Amino acid sequence: MTDDGAAVVAAVDAVAERIEAERDHLTRLDSAIGDADHGGNMARGWAEAADAARDLNDPDAETVAKTVGKTLMAEVGGAAGPLFGGSLVFAAGELDEGVTPETAVAFAETYLEKVEDRGDARVGDQTMVDALTPAVHTFKKSIEVDDVEPIEALAKAVDAAERGVAFTVPIRARKGRASYLGWRSVGHQDPGATSALIILEELLAVAAERLDVDVPETDAASPTIPDDDPEEASDDPAAASEDD
Amino acid sequence: MVGIVVVSHSERAAEGIAEVAAEMAGDTRIEPVGGDGKGGIGTVPDAIGDAIDAAAGGTDEGDATDAEDRGDATESDGVVVLVDLGSAVMNADVAVELSDAEAVIADAPVLEGAVNAAVAATDPSATVESVREQAEAARDIEKL
Repeated sequence: MTDDGAAVVAAVDAVAERIEAERDHLTRLDSAIGDADHGGNMARGWAEAADAARDLNDPDAETVAKTVGKTLMAEVGGAAGPLFGGSLVFAAGELDEGVTPETAVAFAETYLEKVEDRGDARVGDQTMVDALTPAVHTFKKSIEVDDVEPIEALAKAVDAAERGVAFTVPIRARKGRASYLGWRSVGHQDPGATSALIILEELLAVAAERLDVDVPETDAASPTIPDDDPEEASDDPAAASEDD
Repeated sequence: MVGIVVVSHSERAAEGIAEVAAEMAGDTRIEPVGGDGKGGIGTVPDAIGDAIDAAAGGTDEGDATDAEDRGDATESDGVVVLVDLGSAVMNADVAVELSDAEAVIADAPVLEGAVNAAVAATDPSATVESVREQAEAARDIEKL
């Protein structure tokens, strides 16, 4: 097995174990604004996915990610299947040359894009997009602009996701079953965003463990103060940094 | 020939809607698909993908040789997919992306759209686009 493949299998294992531990918590969140099946569905799906990943013979990272995505798609019911699993199937292609800081950024961006398109959701809709968007943006900037160590970039991304999950509480759901509740969805933490955070936390924990380093204590706040007029800021964060 | 797939969270609802649409469908292939595969409410992308293949003539009525024997009328001109709500739309979207068949989702009410699509598909010059257009025209149906 390639190192990358083994690392992804270990990460999937860790996610499955943690989701199982959080099953009741996720179900409680979902019963407040949904149909109370998110915890059970995710736990079952990730357990199956971890089994499928372990059964692969000497897989590379792309194969593991694709297998996990397909299993989640088939086993997790509701919208979580196509959103968590379907997006993974498509984003897995970005890992065809293994896991590097560059491929990880491409993977994260493709994953977010798929979730947004499939769910037709944007930031502020009280969905997993609210956790993923700050995480992916912070990860990309940390790698491409701030040039920090990948493990620190991932730690910042987790911190950003945590803030994103908190942001889902005081806003109104505009997508998914919770949106049928209208204003009654205000004041509730989104279960999908919470699951996204849990997954990122486990990716970070496994990465730190395999690198044999402590999880860096960090926050998503930028170490750089932009010189540019924000109005002129480019979409390409690397371009913005060339003026530093 | 353009095939039709009816996707619902409920297998029985999908079958019932396909049954209603089939009244108007001539020999158009209409494939119902629904349920979580375990007897519950939900949808599964793989099952929707199989239904798309069947509606395209790939697996339902025999192999390619049979299709050739029956002439041009049995060759697939694509598939129009009718869907009910929420995650059924997403799962159908995944299935369409992963399918080799030419398939499109109609943004239409599932039952009225399926009936419209069935009628449109009986036109010998029907295309995926013409069938989808007729299915989507069902959005404007007034009942009172």
